[in-house]
Amino acid sequence: MDLYKNAAHELHEKLVKKEISSVELTISIYNRIDQVEDSVKAYLTLDKENALEQAAKVDKIIASGEKIAPLAGIPGAIKDNISTKGLRTTCSSKMLENFTPIYDAHVIQKLRADETIFIGKTNMDEFAMGSTTETSYFQTTHNPWNLERVPGGSSGGSAAAVVAGEAIWSLGSDTGGSIRQPASFTGCVGIKPTYGRVSRYGCVAFASSLDQIGPITRDVTDAATVLNTICGVCTMDSTSLHEEVPDFTKALTNDVKGLRIGVPKEYYAAGLDPKVDGVLKKALADYEAMGAKIVDVSLPHTEYAVITYYIIAPAEASANLARFDGVRYGYRDMKATSAPEMTTASRTEGFGAEVKRRIMLGTYVLSSGYYDAYYLKAMQVRTLIRQDFAKAFEQCDVLLTPTSPVVAYPIDGKMDPLAIYLLDVCTIPVNLAGLPGISIPAGFVDGMPVGMQLIGKVLDEETILRAAYAFEQSHDYHKVMAPLGGK
Amino acid sequence: MKVTAKEVRHIANLSRLTVPDSEMEKFTEQFNQILNYADILQELDTNGIVPTPYVLPISNVLREDIAVEGVSHEDALLNAPEVHNGGFKVPRVIE
Repeated sequence: MDLYKNAAHELHEKLVKKEISSVELTISIYNRIDQVEDSVKAYLTLDKENALEQAAKVDKIIASGEKIAPLAGIPGAIKDNISTKGLRTTCSSKMLENFTPIYDAHVIQKLRADETIFIGKTNMDEFAMGSTTETSYFQTTHNPWNLERVPGGSSGGSAAAVVAGEAIWSLGSDTGGSIRQPASFTGCVGIKPTYGRVSRYGCVAFASSLDQIGPITRDVTDAATVLNTICGVCTMDSTSLHEEVPDFTKALTNDVKGLRIGVPKEYYAAGLDPKVDGVLKKALADYEAMGAKIVDVSLPHTEYAVITYYIIAPAEASANLARFDGVRYGYRDMKATSAPEMTTASRTEGFGAEVKRRIMLGTYVLSSGYYDAYYLKAMQVRTLIRQDFAKAFEQCDVLLTPTSPVVAYPIDGKMDPLAIYLLDVCTIPVNLAGLPGISIPAGFVDGMPVGMQLIGKVLDEETILRAAYAFEQSHDYHKVMAPLGGK
Repeated sequence: MKVTAKEVRHIANLSRLTVPDSEMEKFTEQFNQILNYADILQELDTNGIVPTPYVLPISNVLREDIAVEGVSHEDALLNAPEVHNGGFKVPRVIE
């Protein structure tokens, strides 16, 4: 039985009815990994022994007649910037090649409490800085829809693992689109929750005012299920929101009658692939046919979002990554003869080019004489971008945009940094404003998946899930398996 | 050009990084490309606009002042590149 093809909510039913065992399911995933991992390269570390032990434990719980949580016994994959106690966590960096966390991230604690299974740790762009996984020190992940193309990033390994059947669900992290863009490029579902919904405790910090952990799954029901598990108050994260967490699966009503869907014209501007535009126009027509109301809106400061982000995120990164000094953990240059020399040599050898570029950019925009012109200015423009959203949401309940202006492009590593940054235009503003966003499959262009993004109001994950679910249920895009082939 | 190779070297030093001479030209060029693009922000009048460092209306979060167990000495040293007498060992700090 190809158990790896099922969604988590389907597998939960089978486990509860004792049609399958968690051990059987977990073995099916590792068998699938044996078959396809050489061509996908989604994982950096596998944890088979512990996973099988945990699966056996869940099978015992089920046999005893105890009720199990929706993700109990269901294998998932964790992005390698999320701390897993005793299991290597590298951030795809030489800096942390041999780093083993001494504690679990809050989300991992919650998932463990629900008796889920961790298959392994997934590849990503180094320290989540990148949009392709090509900045990983270890390997580039391949897109299961076309192995010669990027899977997107930075959570490219987590997305590819789910789509290739090497995990049923996964966790990613999203600072400027790092969950939604790979979900779009690989044809699966990815949510960036409202800033503060999910604890950042144990997620290696990149840009603290923007980072947020979220689920990557085969379908919207699974996304809501994982979100149910990982949201909630955490005393170890001072930005954790003290808000009631609803049961997100209750929002999946398959009804969008009267829902006002805003279409921000700035997201459908120059640079948008006309074929991607066509897919989205069709999605809008489908929503209209389902009874939703389409509203034209404007987010006038959209064109300033990318550079605002590329000032704020590097500034925060330069401060966060200052902790890597070769003293307490991480890579150390053993040749240096003085402590300052050791720190500089360790950082220079331990970090890759993109990480160094961003640390230096951040150091520059925070340095004396440039702070006002760059960093302060960017924080003010961030306010304007937030105000744009607030105004748009007076006229609509959700916004519908492309997740990325293009489909997944070939792996070649030759694009200019700025050219790659500019492709984040649809996802970045959502992080700057702290809003929830979801990417779901909306169709295909030349055999490659196209994602559409639904953006919600602060703390209104339920409405974007509702809209996403209604679209998903009237289409079959989430049921098409990736071919794992070339051109 | 916003920054010269000399300034890039200075920023690298502030960041405790070094850029090898062989990569300096390309690095400086890419750095300037990004900073030049940042000029578009100057089109916007942001006088009187309150900056957003964080999107949440949260300031200080306090908890009860009760002692809780922290990281153990042993655990704290587990990932250390070099350990000596229960401490982190580093090369000489003062010449």
